[in-house]
Amino acid sequence: MTTHAYPSETASAGSLLPSAAPLQLIDQDGRPGGNPGGLELPGSEVLRALHRGMVLGRRFDTQATALTKQGRLAVYPSSRGQDACQVGAALALRDQDWLFPTYRDSVAILTRGVPAEETLTLLRGDWHCGYDPYAYRVAPQCTPLATNTPHAVGLAYAARLRQQDQVALVLLGDGATSEGDTHEALNFAAVWKAPAVFLVQNNGYAISVPLAKQTAAPTLAAKGIGYGVPSLLIDGNDAAAVYAAVRAGVERAAAGEGPTLIEAITYRIEAHTNADDATRYRAGTEVGAWLERDPIARLESYLRAGALLDDAAAERLAAEAERLAEELRESMNADVSADPAELFEHVYARPTALLERERAALLAELEDLEDLEDLEEPAP
Amino acid sequence: MTTVLPPARAARPNPVSGSVPGSVPHVGPSQVTMAAALNRALADSLAADERVVVFGEDVGTLGGVFRVTDGLAGRFGEQRVFDTPLAESAIVGTAIGMAMNGLVPVVEMQFDAFAYPAFEQVTSHLAKLRNRTRGKLALPVVIRVPFGGGIGGVEHHSDSSEAYYTHTPGLRVVAPGTPADAYRLLREAIDCPDPVIFLEPKRRYWSKETAVLTPEGPPIDRAVVRRPGRDVTLIAYGGMVATALEAAEAAVEEGWDVEVVDLRSLSPFDDQTLTESVRRTGRAVIVHEAAGFAGYGAEVAARLTEQCFHYLEAPILRVTGLDVPYPPPHLERFHLPNADRVLDAIARLQWEGEDGA
Repeated sequence: MTTHAYPSETASAGSLLPSAAPLQLIDQDGRPGGNPGGLELPGSEVLRALHRGMVLGRRFDTQATALTKQGRLAVYPSSRGQDACQVGAALALRDQDWLFPTYRDSVAILTRGVPAEETLTLLRGDWHCGYDPYAYRVAPQCTPLATNTPHAVGLAYAARLRQQDQVALVLLGDGATSEGDTHEALNFAAVWKAPAVFLVQNNGYAISVPLAKQTAAPTLAAKGIGYGVPSLLIDGNDAAAVYAAVRAGVERAAAGEGPTLIEAITYRIEAHTNADDATRYRAGTEVGAWLERDPIARLESYLRAGALLDDAAAERLAAEAERLAEELRESMNADVSADPAELFEHVYARPTALLERERAALLAELEDLEDLEDLEEPAP
Repeated sequence: MTTVLPPARAARPNPVSGSVPGSVPHVGPSQVTMAAALNRALADSLAADERVVVFGEDVGTLGGVFRVTDGLAGRFGEQRVFDTPLAESAIVGTAIGMAMNGLVPVVEMQFDAFAYPAFEQVTSHLAKLRNRTRGKLALPVVIRVPFGGGIGGVEHHSDSSEAYYTHTPGLRVVAPGTPADAYRLLREAIDCPDPVIFLEPKRRYWSKETAVLTPEGPPIDRAVVRRPGRDVTLIAYGGMVATALEAAEAAVEEGWDVEVVDLRSLSPFDDQTLTESVRRTGRAVIVHEAAGFAGYGAEVAARLTEQCFHYLEAPILRVTGLDVPYPPPHLERFHLPNADRVLDAIARLQWEGEDGA
């Protein structure tokens, strides 16, 4: 029998609150310092990896946007501007950890090691997910908002039940924090002490709806206290801060101390997708101001000032990015090979009798169509 | 990177004779309720497969509001049978994540109408993740839902939500009609690599049967003939199987020899067993508690009409709940199908001029 009481190990409320100002390790001009709080500046190898990941990711992103204009991608929600969040988060994970991305996190998925072509399968329209989740420990991209949060908590708790050293990182946006699933998942994670990290990429808009119409909370990170989850507010355009914060969350989770909520302040430079018109809801001057806070330029300044990056290395990296873009163009310009018979393959472990009949009917229909085309073809 | 895959399935001892510490051996026929049969199925699956976990609201210490999980937390520990915070979407959502990481979650929705908050997780993810990932991500999750009325419950405690689930490709939907079948179907559902919505007819939780509980029997996706007959096929599932059998017995006095088919599996639908029966009898009546309009019976009638048209002596009829929100306790008897309504439907099957009618 238990009693009517709060758990004795719950931390004091104050210790759960985020800082008033976003934590920052490298300031907007590329100088060290800012507002580190308890965050530790990553070593130079990590900083170089963050820079490389962002340069490659940015080139991938601009190429993907270009491919939508050529009709090679059905749709593309750009990561541009959120580069530091996505690369910092993906690199902070250990090999055995899991990433639960949304539709806007293509660059995080790419950084985690998923090939560019497989990353874009959903958005190209060949299938709903192009990669094997178990091969990269990346869940399929989630298009309904926040529904991936309980998945991450469940996977994390299963790891704990099975005594596996594994952490789940779930990505979500400012809009998704209003969904019920986010609330439920944070609560479950806290009660279960699940090894999970929640990273909110607060880019200011849920498609067109600005943050002020989304929440009355002082910050999104402040919501953590309601669940007993410690939270961090960070500068989401500082890759070093994102890496350090997520890494700290991963280590806390792995040590059995439960979940962490991180809010990263960032900005979506492009419209919601190529089908959206952002001029209807935000001013060009606002976008211009955020372009000045580019996460890649910031880290590059820091690296160059510390002699961690020179022109030769930057050129090699640019060439690597071009090769990635070229490979992506080539693979996306190849004709899509979608097999209608596959529609029936994966609905159940084995197709049901109903699906077998429907497959046979569809294949017969396609055969008739081919015969008809043969008849209509003029004699040589 | 190395691939982390769920471990191979644990060797499973014979669940009937296999001795498990703390378990009560159960051999030979005995009187058993459906609730007890379900409880034993959960216990035997927990004992047989260490990946199985059981969780939901009040399923741990209390043993469930219907006591279906009674004693399981004590016997298997809170790592395997546990209470959750009160949030159905997260119960199903976390079950999905656990299944991704090698567990076999069996979760309880406390009442049918309380499962609706989880609807998005069920339809958008549980049902679709295998397909989304081209078969890479299997989700062997069982969602137990006490369904239907007849227990005098106040609003939201008596819904029949089967059509929402059967309309969703990727889900299996089953509903046992007897204690022995409840045991067998639940064991099979837990073993099944597909997600299963397991609908438990709450009005039959306490009905008894003398039976040997064994996982052996018809496969999960087959209907069974509960009572053979020549004149008309009564099609039922869950709580209405007993009602159909009662009507069939009463019909003897009227001179009708009624066959009763228990669907067991609502999705997939066993076309073969049903078509064979209806072609033989030439008449069919479908019985369910849920509202008739666009209900599960409409699909059954359409399929059987397509497949049996030239054998039919009369239109296929449906005896269903009224097309109203589930009534308050004092009015539910006017809503629920009963043996009299089933007999009335049988009487309308154009018997004029036939012997014995």
